[in-house]
Amino acid sequence: MTPRLPSVVIVDDHELFRAGVRAELEGLADVRAEAGTVEEAALATMREKPDVVLLDVHMPGGGGVEVIRQVARERPSQRFLALSVSDAAEDVIAVIRAGARGYVTKSISPEELADAIRRVREGDAVFSPRLAGFALDAFQGEIPEAEIDPELDRLTLREREVLRLIARGYQYKEIALRLSISPKTVEAHVSAVLRKLQLSNRHELGRWAVERRLVD
Amino acid sequence: MSATAGPTPLLRDPRRGLVAGVLAGLARRTGIDAVLLRVAFVVVAVATGGLALLAYLIVWAALPAAEGGSAPLTRFGRVARSPGGWRVAIGAALLTLSALLAFRELGIWWSDALVWPVVLAAFGAALLWGRWQRGGVGEAEADALPGSEAAHPRPSPDAGHAVSRVAEQYSGIFGVLLVIGAALLFLSSNHILGGLRDAALTGVVVVVAVALILAPFLWRLGRNLAAERAERIRSQERAQLAAHLHDSVLQTLTLMQKRAGDPREVSALARRQERELRDWLAGGGDREGAASLASALRSAADAIEDDHRVAIELVIVGDSELDAAAEAVLGAAREALLNAAKHAPDSGPIRAYAELGPAGIELFVRDRGSGFDPAGVAPDRRGVRESIVGRMDRAGGRAEIRSGPDSGTEVGLFIERDPGSRDGSE
Repeated sequence: MTPRLPSVVIVDDHELFRAGVRAELEGLADVRAEAGTVEEAALATMREKPDVVLLDVHMPGGGGVEVIRQVARERPSQRFLALSVSDAAEDVIAVIRAGARGYVTKSISPEELADAIRRVREGDAVFSPRLAGFALDAFQGEIPEAEIDPELDRLTLREREVLRLIARGYQYKEIALRLSISPKTVEAHVSAVLRKLQLSNRHELGRWAVERRLVD
Repeated sequence: MSATAGPTPLLRDPRRGLVAGVLAGLARRTGIDAVLLRVAFVVVAVATGGLALLAYLIVWAALPAAEGGSAPLTRFGRVARSPGGWRVAIGAALLTLSALLAFRELGIWWSDALVWPVVLAAFGAALLWGRWQRGGVGEAEADALPGSEAAHPRPSPDAGHAVSRVAEQYSGIFGVLLVIGAALLFLSSNHILGGLRDAALTGVVVVVAVALILAPFLWRLGRNLAAERAERIRSQERAQLAAHLHDSVLQTLTLMQKRAGDPREVSALARRQERELRDWLAGGGDREGAASLASALRSAADAIEDDHRVAIELVIVGDSELDAAAEAVLGAAREALLNAAKHAPDSGPIRAYAELGPAGIELFVRDRGSGFDPAGVAPDRRGVRESIVGRMDRAGGRAEIRSGPDSGTEVGLFIERDPGSRDGSE
């Protein structure tokens, strides 16, 4: 049984970079289209209806966040994976909160990228070590008891544990082994954290993204 | 383009107007013929003893022009630039005259000795304004078009153009003459005053005349200076950026071309350049010294990246001051990173994760190398025992080393600041 290659649209304003990603994904994914602007990206996504849109965070005209906003109006089920050189916390958190299901840096290896695409296609979340660090940081601050929405404003102990292992560079499989849980459970925890990042009203999350300048 | 549907807003129409286009604009707005309006206006003006003319002046100043023009009085010069520069100047003179007559009608007395010089001065000043405005444009055009009259004095191929050119040339001289004439007229008609007052008045009048002649020139000069300064600031910024790019990025690119045969060296160079550029873009580039553990860790990782040509992915959560406990962790972490860099340089990036809080510090350094047996004999055992385990012990913390042939090596460093407040183990 050979599973169908995931279909992909690459969105980045640098042509050279798009060509590089396309070459890397040769045989690992089915690249349907490339787009260099927000408008092109929205059009190509509507036309091709790919499994996953690989989305640059920084682009003229509103960047990845704007692409997600435009596409989501017509196609709310479209899945996005942010792929960016920017590792500024505010950029990453913004694109995640707009609806991207994951974030990886551009230095990722082709195999890891293909794996991330596959996971996003299946509806899972993809956390790079850095995004795990951001999430831990964002949920770390103490907030007054009265303002806590227990569903969204706090990470469970297990979620925190999983995030910390991701931040330390463990693969999902290794995490599952380490914590004696199934890989599916690891993915469920990561998806739960993603949901909390997207939906939490914690003012910390918004403020944090603005204040923190964790650039490295 | 003027075929806008629906009621158009009331705008001046200087292209169709006789003076400033107020009535033409009104005609367009109301649909009444402009000629009719003009006749009516003259009748009203005579009937009100010039008051209507004053109203005209105010409306002209307040209304924007139809062709997308912006403002009222500030547009004066640009209106004057049109072929009807003379016409506008005459208009200005007439309007001044009417305003003065209106004032007289209202009971404020103006002697004829004042009225005529002022009207003449207004005419001359209007001509000069138009001329200086045009002058600015003309110079720019001459610069842009080599072979234009200004560059090579030869007859213009366009006769009509030549005529307007002559008129233009003379309008400046004529304007100066008018203003001076106005001044002289004023002086001579007030000559009866005589004596000291006369001398003082002469001085004032001369100053006013000179000011009227020079005002447009000075105004334009001031504007050009401001533009020049802005341009200078811009070019300074450009030079700064160019200098930075030259010192850093271009140097690195040159180095990379020279070392193209050594992939590790090339990627190390690229990585260092990337880091520097990121710092620079993040603003200023100076990380605040090594005052906090987070920034000290980053500097340590950067140094090891540079020295050993490896990539270190560092994730830090929280921050902590650089006290004794933090110093111990920093030293041990540096050692762990060095070990990873020495023994697993080619197996992907080294990952370091640090959780820094007021209660304690946890730090993990992980590589995906071939690993070693912490219990067995390894060449760097002493280093590990002394610099990592021993150092953490002495500081009241502990170190954990996990290593295996498949999973690489992970060094965990734990220390608690306030014993009992937090469980440092996982």
